[in-house]
Amino acid sequence: MFKHKQYLALGAVTLVTVLLLSLPSRAVSHLKLGIGGLFLPFFGAVNSVRQLPVRAADMILPRGELLQEIETFQRENQRLEIQQSQAAATARENDQFRALVGWQQQQPWKLKLASVVLRDPANWWRTVQIDLGNRDGVTTNMPVLTSDGLVGRVSSVGYTRSQVVLIEDPSCRVSARVVNPAHDLGVISPGGPMENSLVDLAYLSGNANLKPGQEVVTSGEGGIFPAGIPVGQIVDSRQAEFGLYTEARVKLSADLGALDQVWVLLNPQLN
Amino acid sequence: MNILQTILILAAAFLAVFGEAAFSLPRQLFGAQVDLLPALMIYAALNTNVVTVSLLAALGGLWFDALSANPLGVSILPLFAVGFPICLRRDLILRELPFAQVVLGAAASAAVPALCILLLLSGGQQPLLGWGSLWQWLVMIAGGAAATPVIYALFDWCQHALGYQPQTENSFRPDREIRRGRKLN
Repeated sequence: MFKHKQYLALGAVTLVTVLLLSLPSRAVSHLKLGIGGLFLPFFGAVNSVRQLPVRAADMILPRGELLQEIETFQRENQRLEIQQSQAAATARENDQFRALVGWQQQQPWKLKLASVVLRDPANWWRTVQIDLGNRDGVTTNMPVLTSDGLVGRVSSVGYTRSQVVLIEDPSCRVSARVVNPAHDLGVISPGGPMENSLVDLAYLSGNANLKPGQEVVTSGEGGIFPAGIPVGQIVDSRQAEFGLYTEARVKLSADLGALDQVWVLLNPQLN
Repeated sequence: MNILQTILILAAAFLAVFGEAAFSLPRQLFGAQVDLLPALMIYAALNTNVVTVSLLAALGGLWFDALSANPLGVSILPLFAVGFPICLRRDLILRELPFAQVVLGAAASAAVPALCILLLLSGGQQPLLGWGSLWQWLVMIAGGAAATPVIYALFDWCQHALGYQPQTENSFRPDREIRRGRKLN
């Protein structure tokens, strides 16, 4: 049935697979980034294609509407500048109090903007690739967020790009806290393959008093994410394991299905 | 045409993997990304040799895993497991029929992700699975089934445009020419 050539092909493919699967994780990570680098020349083309509808829409937008938008943004900018100066004064005051009490002073977040260039082609993982890497100061486990809320963490880093594992992925667990009087603590775990923007908040205490709409933020425990990053809002809750603990569904603040640009937190200060 | 065909198939696999990672329209519309590698593997298994099938499995699997969170190499064996038996028994398959192409594309698109998940689970990984995965699987099967005849037509067109065509036989033979009219000495 098998000819000599077919035996060779079967043996070669099996050997390559076994070799690749038995490589140490560090070598695999480097190899993956190396092979993924072959796709680098296409990143620019993809961005151009994605920008086409936006540019087309800009071209047909009336000039009056654009001027009105600019005016709105200028007003918004002035309002934010005033708020920022107030916040800076509050931060200085907070630092002075911290110095008086002897607490560690908080540093302002150092954020870097990144574009999402690729999504995981497999349906059973939730990862994206961003256009920042080693050369930009990105390292593994740095938190990634948008202005709406938490997105995930950096899982592997190449020279010019990095892989980010989203909070919907099974390998990204986040310790989170409900913003309620009891400050209930739980762990964010994936919802399901089709449940976009919904995750589970598990291992809450059995008598947790949860209400729909309550905010969920990172707790700062776990050693990766600093405290206070918005995660989402409680949708509903249920008892699990015969009332031993409570589970809640959380609607994510960040829209993970439409990620274009994200912020990488370069100096996560942990509690 | 053999080397050119192999190069074209590998280039198509490269672009297919990149397209799956760069454009997520099927994911937004149907909740799942369609994988084109099984459909390409069907074409390669039915029309090329075992070397091309092995190269497509190895390189296509590597490219796919490099852009995904899969362990590197986990997609190679499922692709090869689909392509190799079809390549061995292709004389028994009516490969020119679109219906056969659709059925083979659907079967390959069903088998490859299932084998991948099986390998991942046996390797101790925890992929994102649930009841919704069944829907995603169906979308992948339907996408692969629809893509296979399209890939066939595309590669047939390429082969027609770039390959050498067989020389057509002329029915005219000078030695059999009937000469009409009376022969004058």
